Amino acid sequence: MNKIIDKVNFSENVVKLVIEAPDIAQKRKAGHFVIVKIGEKGERIPLTISQADPEKGTITLVIQKVGVTSHKVCNLNPGDLITDVVGPLGQATHIHNSGTILCAGGGVGIAPLLPIVEAMKKAGNRIVTVLAARNKELIILEDQIRAYSDEVIIMTDDGSHGNKGLVTHGMEEVIKREKVNEAIAIGPAIMMKFASLLTKKYNIPTVASLNTIMVDGTGMCGACRVTVGDKTKFVCVDGPEFDAHQVDFDELLLRLGAYKNEEKQAYEQYLETLN
Amino acid sequence: MTNNPEYFKAERDQEWRVALRSQIKNKERTSRERVKMPEQDPNIRNKNSLEVNLGLTEEQAVSEAQRCIDCPNPTCITGCPVGINIPKFIKYIEARDFLSAAKTLKETNSLPAVCGRVCPQEVQCEAQCFYTQKLKKPAVAIGHLERFAADFERNSGKISIPEIAERNNIKVAVIGSGPGGLAAAGDLVKMGYSVTVFEALHEIGGVLKYGIPEFRLPNDIVDVEINNLRKMGVEFITNFVVGKTSSFEDLKAKGYVAFFTASGAGLPRFMNIPGENYVGIFSSNEYLTRVNLMGAAKADYDTPVLFGKNVAVIGGGNTAMDSVRTAKRLGAERAMIVYRRSLDEMPARIEEIHHAQEEGIEFMNLNSPVEYFADESGRVNRMRLQKMELGEPDSSGRRRPVPLTSSEYDVDVDMVVVSVGVSPNPLIPSAVDGLNITKWGTIHVNPDNMQSNISDLFAGGDIVRGGATVILAMGDGRNAAAGIHAYIQQTLVN
Ligand SMILES: Cc1cc2nc3c(=O)[nH]c(=O)nc-3n(C[C@H](O)[C@H](O)[C@H](O)COP(=O)(O)OP(=O)(O)OC[C@H]3O[C@@H](n4cnc5c(N)ncnc54)[C@H](O)[C@@H]3O)c2cc1C
Ligand code: FES
Repeated sequence: MNKIIDKVNFSENVVKLVIEAPDIAQKRKAGHFVIVKIGEKGERIPLTISQADPEKGTITLVIQKVGVTSHKVCNLNPGDLITDVVGPLGQATHIHNSGTILCAGGGVGIAPLLPIVEAMKKAGNRIVTVLAARNKELIILEDQIRAYSDEVIIMTDDGSHGNKGLVTHGMEEVIKREKVNEAIAIGPAIMMKFASLLTKKYNIPTVASLNTIMVDGTGMCGACRVTVGDKTKFVCVDGPEFDAHQVDFDELLLRLGAYKNEEKQAYEQYLETLN
Repeated sequence: MTNNPEYFKAERDQEWRVALRSQIKNKERTSRERVKMPEQDPNIRNKNSLEVNLGLTEEQAVSEAQRCIDCPNPTCITGCPVGINIPKFIKYIEARDFLSAAKTLKETNSLPAVCGRVCPQEVQCEAQCFYTQKLKKPAVAIGHLERFAADFERNSGKISIPEIAERNNIKVAVIGSGPGGLAAAGDLVKMGYSVTVFEALHEIGGVLKYGIPEFRLPNDIVDVEINNLRKMGVEFITNFVVGKTSSFEDLKAKGYVAFFTASGAGLPRFMNIPGENYVGIFSSNEYLTRVNLMGAAKADYDTPVLFGKNVAVIGGGNTAMDSVRTAKRLGAERAMIVYRRSLDEMPARIEEIHHAQEEGIEFMNLNSPVEYFADESGRVNRMRLQKMELGEPDSSGRRRPVPLTSSEYDVDVDMVVVSVGVSPNPLIPSAVDGLNITKWGTIHVNPDNMQSNISDLFAGGDIVRGGATVILAMGDGRNAAAGIHAYIQQTLVN
């Protein structure tokens, strides 16, 4: 059981939670995630650790309501207990100095991007960050990202904030203008797919952080498997970050939809119980 | 506890055993038929999750116990990986002292209710029974009797909590809460150590909980054992991945002086054939975990699972049997086992194969998948099988399956469970610098005391043996507890 210390509503559907988890806060590095379960009958879902405070013994998660479990997490309040939190899981981001790094964050993917931007900046890189979302409301953590970026470009589908257009537009603008040594893309699978196609065209080494379905998060089940360069990898133990140009994003997209119908039905039923 | 012939002889010479032997003539004992375990009807049980075997009645158990002739040289014991004094517990059943029978089991086996249900007795104790060896008749039903005695004790509410030595406040960590970890924790706490069991998942029990289904091993039975360990003073910490949540160094800094790793063989293998990552293709670990641990088939649980109409399970072990029988129970019209060798070579317990056959599972032996196909949503809809024949024996002594050329054909499926084995969980091996690992990824230990090349780190169960059995994991746990005790006495106490 882990206690919720603080909560910030970024928007109607995106929430930030600060959670008591002293052991995890000690060990966590950029790129790590936790598995969270709400209630005895709950489901185990992976959530990236966005920030941590080892002194206070807390970790920060940013969650978007997309289904039953994420909705339940978002509905928790300070003082409430999360039934199960386990981590930090996965491989930490490889932090190094490579020159200029183009960081692309889509929607709630901005949250896991933040610790990487921070660590890469501290390692001496020039950081240009492109944040993208459907609208202004869904651009989260902008101030924190700005604190560790040399430049931030905002892209929204509807033009309600920054420039109107897709993440790839913003990225290409930077690539055309200056030498980019490396790129990092985190967000919805479809966004990472197109970001990856773009950087491949320009031969820029790119890392993507994959958000597969998971169960245990310790390499025991293979629910999280993806094809990377013709090899099957387990995202929870081999990842979550991989060479984006090697990832089979089409397979990833299909696998993400494995329970689409079940999830939709369950979510509708759940929403009804709230009314 | 001891395993020597003099001890067994002294026990056998006790007055009550001598008297019992003279009560019924051996001829009469050996003329009886082996008891048949009462079971749920196959066509009812393949639609529910209740236990298949109902357990022997007292009368059945006593009568079966009478078949045992209490041999002067009890060869059955040599077949038991933990050396249970088998004739002694059976004779207590004959004498209707069921609680003493259970106590006898617990001298060497901390989880008899589990082992009575899941041990492959037909290749262990029962294979060495006088009936099998000399009379060429069905063995005494040792496994059924073990289960009977353990269940009797549990249901009597008079479970004996073993004596605990005075607490010495020396901290020992156990990593993993499967049978290996539980057995070690039980012995260590009895010796007075402060034992903490660290478990990565949110539930205690390892494979006993997430793998083996309710219809074979109800969770309640495992929970009773876990609660006993709690009463004895074992501390359990769930959601704690050693090597991630804390390192060995962190735990040492918190005062733990020795470690027993029983982290299991959790890494599922796939066959690496085209299409294997399509939606609807699971590892058996994923499928069974969703259903058993996460309650995915129950309406009020959040975790989803797919329900297949035509389900193929690839493999021939216990895990494959558990998966295919689970799929049948969840409504599959066709539930098939696809195995590359013949029925005789299947590694599953014989009882499970029989039960599966009775429940309407199709066995497609001498077949192996070579490719999967999917619809436009990515959901598997067809598999391509290749026929096999048996060739020369391989290193395991079993005849090697050889593909028949141009024998490929397609079968419609909407779900596939791949159950072709597991590799050792790499978490711990990769978390300890300099740890001696075999080429299979298992931890190398001294088999006498289960000590690794790192002196305070002991290991046992599947992480040492690869996919093995519950009883071997437990035996290792007990062995390691003795090894850890000796190590601590030598290095710390003196
Ligand atoms: C479906 C199925 C059916 C089976 N049927 C039978 C049968 O009928 N008879 C039989 O004898 N055997 C059977 N087996 C095999 C048997 O279950 C195993 O051999 C036995 O459970 C191994 O015990 P263990 O203690 O080594 O590990 P496990 O039971 O595998 O337990 C290991 C535990 O360690 C935890 N863990 C791993 N790494 C860490 C870490 N770093 N930190 C904390 N915790 C960690 C895991 O989460 C897990 O809970 C079956 C196996 C399966 C999968
Ligand atoms: S989530 Fe189970 S192996 Fe990755």
